Amino acid sequence: MNDSKALASRRRFLKTAAGGAAAAAGVLHAPFIIAQPAKIKVGLMLPYTGTYAALGTAITNAFKLYIAEKGGKLAGRELEYVVLDDESDPAKGVDNASRIVNRDKVDVLVGTVHSGVQAGMVKVSRESGVLSIIPNAGFGAATGALCAPNIFRTSFSNWQTIHALGKVMMEKGHKTCAWITHKYAAGQEMFEGFKEGYEKVGGRIVKDLWLPFPNVEFQALLTEIAAAKPSATACFFAGGGAVKFVKDYDAAGLKKNIPLYGNGFLTDGTLQAQGASAQGILTTLHYADSLNVPKDREFRLNYAKAYKLQPDVYAVQGYDAAQLLDIGLKAVKGDMKNTKGMIKAMEGVTIDSPRGKWKMSKAHNPIQDSYLRQVVGEQNKFVGVAWKALEDPARGCKMG
Amino acid sequence: MDTAIFFIQVLNSVQYGLLLFLVASGLTLIFGIMGIINLAHGSFYMIGAYLAFSLTGLIGDFWLALAAGVVVAVLIGLALEWLVIRFLYDRDHLYQVLLTYGLILIFEECRSLLWGDDVHGVPVPPALDFSIPLTENLSYQVFRVAMSAICLAIAAGMYWLIQKTRLGMMIRAGSVNREMVQSLGINIGLLYRVVFALGVALAAFAGMLGSPVSSVFPGMGNQVLIVSFVVVVIGGIGSVKGALVAALAIGFADTFGKVLLPQIAGMVVYLLMAAILLWRPQGIFGKA
Repeated sequence: MNDSKALASRRRFLKTAAGGAAAAAGVLHAPFIIAQPAKIKVGLMLPYTGTYAALGTAITNAFKLYIAEKGGKLAGRELEYVVLDDESDPAKGVDNASRIVNRDKVDVLVGTVHSGVQAGMVKVSRESGVLSIIPNAGFGAATGALCAPNIFRTSFSNWQTIHALGKVMMEKGHKTCAWITHKYAAGQEMFEGFKEGYEKVGGRIVKDLWLPFPNVEFQALLTEIAAAKPSATACFFAGGGAVKFVKDYDAAGLKKNIPLYGNGFLTDGTLQAQGASAQGILTTLHYADSLNVPKDREFRLNYAKAYKLQPDVYAVQGYDAAQLLDIGLKAVKGDMKNTKGMIKAMEGVTIDSPRGKWKMSKAHNPIQDSYLRQVVGEQNKFVGVAWKALEDPARGCKMG
Repeated sequence: MDTAIFFIQVLNSVQYGLLLFLVASGLTLIFGIMGIINLAHGSFYMIGAYLAFSLTGLIGDFWLALAAGVVVAVLIGLALEWLVIRFLYDRDHLYQVLLTYGLILIFEECRSLLWGDDVHGVPVPPALDFSIPLTENLSYQVFRVAMSAICLAIAAGMYWLIQKTRLGMMIRAGSVNREMVQSLGINIGLLYRVVFALGVALAAFAGMLGSPVSSVFPGMGNQVLIVSFVVVVIGGIGSVKGALVAALAIGFADTFGKVLLPQIAGMVVYLLMAAILLWRPQGIFGKA
């Protein structure tokens, strides 16, 4: 399927190229026709099948929504897309990224969702120097030890999503807690981000529990939590795992005496399936429902009108990826070859995002507010700001 | 670990083991009696869970949905056997792996088209949606106890079917010598079709019964498939009794592995498999 899509886009490209040649030939005879500048090639390498398909689609929808709002052009130049389904398969990350960069020769690479695939893309971006925008994956090193001038992120680092949670739990009077997550790279990064924040304010993690990925048989570990009798539980789960964990935690009767906390992935896009068991859970994330941000209301309205769907945090991140590209292109008047000029304009920029204004850090990651949200019905309702302008420590990044 | 917690962990082990048995029993039937390596077994489990989700929404009652779902699963099983599986009996395992792997891809795509890629939940039947307190902050959901009871009942029913009924006798004979059974005037083609449908129905039933606690999500079958094969191999191919013992052993290994050896929790089940196969290469109840 990838091949046929790529082939089709190549065919389209050949056609436009042929058209361009014909137009150029035409110029010789008709001196009044002005040649159009070539289109900007945007590579969208995102998951369109598999578990993260909905996320890839939301990012793509919102990216294209912004372009449509600008009349289909950025800095006077039209865009064309090279779309590649990365299937969230880390084994194909490097191959897919180098195909879209080296063979399809995209001007800018937008992607992806899965951190493992992102690791491969970062490698290709660093080697080729192609301008890259990450619209989701929270892989810490992308704006940490592996940061690079041409790599920007409009989403979050894993650390950033959960660092404020410890402070929130302490304010609620939980001096001890248990921690539980899947044993894999993202789980480890979340644990470190949480632990640092929680211990800084005097909290103590009495038990850290790890489950082999993607095992979802939680009973044994829930029993361990009950035995350890912490004041609260903090966790990181997403998607299907999050649904089952929240339901099992509630069914085991733990929720009443040992409240459950997590970062927003625990309750984002999963509330319909979690039903009553998720009610009241407090989470932290850089986006929430019923945010009092005018830009958000406008964005939600336009998105719903265009796609007959409510946008989510992933859509917001995709929208901001397009905004960032627009800012870079405007600064160089559409001259995509002037990568240096674009990077300069994109560094330190403030983005007027639906999530609220945020600033690009020196390591090219958003400095953004972490919101405290509570599950009410099928919404993650905004409760307050858990941490104003939270910046990822970008450990190991030598830039800036 | 104090005694109360220890016994709760034992309860967790048994409950997980029994559900594993339910999934794996269908696999051991198809694998052991028909000689088909059925990689699509996990897909039938997934189809069961999605059927439970849709039918519960449609009918409004979990138990009626379960009954309706079994009928649908049997029909799917009969149709599949007639359409594709019956051409595999005389082929070697490579063809079976190829075809049933193809079925996984087809079922995943159909699932995506019919139900989309979102995660869904199935409500626990209201009559069983309460918990028994075990310690001051831990309780046990009654639905989980009911699940275990149903799994035990199915195990007993299968034992009776295979050991005590005429159909069971034919199934056992058919697994030993297909031609001989045929020459005795028994319609072996029909017999195999029934066994395959039974295997599919068992997997789908496990998916349906587990759906209120497992939730319903894309790719859920693949997780179950691997551990089901482990159960079948440890227990001895084709042995229902072996599947029960092996499933319980894995339930214990998985539960206590997570608690006592968290660093290698993901490996414990496979270490157990390796140890048992070194001791008995044909599995605990397998025929040498």
